[in-house]
Amino acid sequence: MLDADFFRRWMAATAASVDREAERLTQLDSPIGDADHGSNLHRGFAAVMAALETEAPDTPGAVLVLAGRQLISTVGGASGPLYGTLLRRTGKALGEAAEVGVEQFAAALRDGVEGVKKLGGAVAGDKTMIDALEPAVNALGDGFAAARQAAEQGAEATIPLQARKGRASYLGERSIGHQDPGATSSALLIAGLEAAAEG
Amino acid sequence: MRMLINVPETVVADALRGMAAAYPDLTVDVEHRVIVRRDAPVAGQVALVSGGGSGHEPLHGGFVGPGMLSAACPGEVFTSPVPDQMARAAAAVDSGAGVLFIVKNYTGDVLNFDMAAELAQDEGIQVAKVLVNDDVAVTDSLYTAGRRGTGATLFVEKIAGAAAAEGQPLERVEAIGRQVNANSRSFGVALSACTTPAKGSPTFDLPDGELELGVGIHGEPGRERRPMMTSGEIADFAVNAILEDMPPRDPVLVLVNGMGATPLLELFGFNAEVQRVLAERGVAVARTLVGNYVTSLDMAGASVTLCQIDEELLRLWDAPVKTPALRWGM
Repeated sequence: MLDADFFRRWMAATAASVDREAERLTQLDSPIGDADHGSNLHRGFAAVMAALETEAPDTPGAVLVLAGRQLISTVGGASGPLYGTLLRRTGKALGEAAEVGVEQFAAALRDGVEGVKKLGGAVAGDKTMIDALEPAVNALGDGFAAARQAAEQGAEATIPLQARKGRASYLGERSIGHQDPGATSSALLIAGLEAAAEG
Repeated sequence: MRMLINVPETVVADALRGMAAAYPDLTVDVEHRVIVRRDAPVAGQVALVSGGGSGHEPLHGGFVGPGMLSAACPGEVFTSPVPDQMARAAAAVDSGAGVLFIVKNYTGDVLNFDMAAELAQDEGIQVAKVLVNDDVAVTDSLYTAGRRGTGATLFVEKIAGAAAAEGQPLERVEAIGRQVNANSRSFGVALSACTTPAKGSPTFDLPDGELELGVGIHGEPGRERRPMMTSGEIADFAVNAILEDMPPRDPVLVLVNGMGATPLLELFGFNAEVQRVLAERGVAVARTLVGNYVTSLDMAGASVTLCQIDEELLRLWDAPVKTPALRWGM
């Protein structure tokens, strides 16, 4: 079973990897976006960690709703509403349970991903975060390591795609050959689950 | 990188403190990043709120004042503001007549303004929205996020702002804003890349002797790259790209806009060429504005925006305005 502490560790692990990888995310965002993905997410997850410390939510759902709200309020760009919606929707789907099973979490995360798809209007293959998140949710039944692998493969699989959503879509064919920064940061988020499970 | 900054983390806040010191007619909330005209809310008037990434100055904070915006929300450099900022701005300027959000068509701006509209409506504020999408360089299709919003933002903010100042109701101000956007087209050209403070190096690689045709205001590439052209050749390309998309019908407002690092000497020369092409194509020019209005940090280059204008829109364009960057008639 996964408790509030697990979800706090998830956010902490993600914050740490975003911190580590911020420059790489920004580099990925340079040729096809506007070179701010790393710094924006870094600002957002730093705010998430600060809020979790002061407000100390005590259920899995409350941890994720608070984290989502912080991302919306601090990240800006498209990433703020999209990541914020992902975590808020997932948290809301978890309700007020003190502990949740992996299956219940997978169903909630699927809700969150649906929320992102609806908000951004993107589907798999559009070269967005969905390309990492959707395979990850599908693989969650096989464990966190499988989800991480699926997300990483999904992110790499965006390289040959032509972007159809977001700022990279303005590039048309010139977006081909670049890994999508949003899919890459989504893979970091999913990898955070495995790290949280390891304690 | 040589920039006149302290550290990248505080460039937006530092700029806001400087704006506050320079323009006593504005109330600048540095912490929450909201710039409001000091006399807001103005009773009986629709309020206009716009915003977007920083780095495009004077857009949008420089357009706050009587006759134009009621408030502006600057985001991080090239990053849309967050919903809290916009909701705070809406609450500060709403007189009860409602608030019009003017949003440039970028995914982040659209999503954040949508969320802000929900927050504001929860507070009982009437909200309407005009989406600006005037850039013909990237074509609209089922598969793109649509056209980018660039230079026409100035036309929408000025003309809708004049309508609001006259006391026209929200739905009318919104309709005028939409009309201005529908009648406007832009095309931009980059002669060099821009450098964001956070990254510290050019956001794209534009070799010496080449230019990017159809560039966006974040340095996003556009249509194609070519060896450097003359000012006259660039004017031909830009104006023709616009007129191809919008066959001329009425007199136009012309905005020849600098991207930030191109001096007025070059912009005026470029405007002469733009006027030549328009004359050759038989397009009457009603008014022309030349200067740095919708910039892209230190990018060199220029954009052209044309807006087909009828008598009412022209009257609203000529109406008095008093903002840091645009001011006439008062």
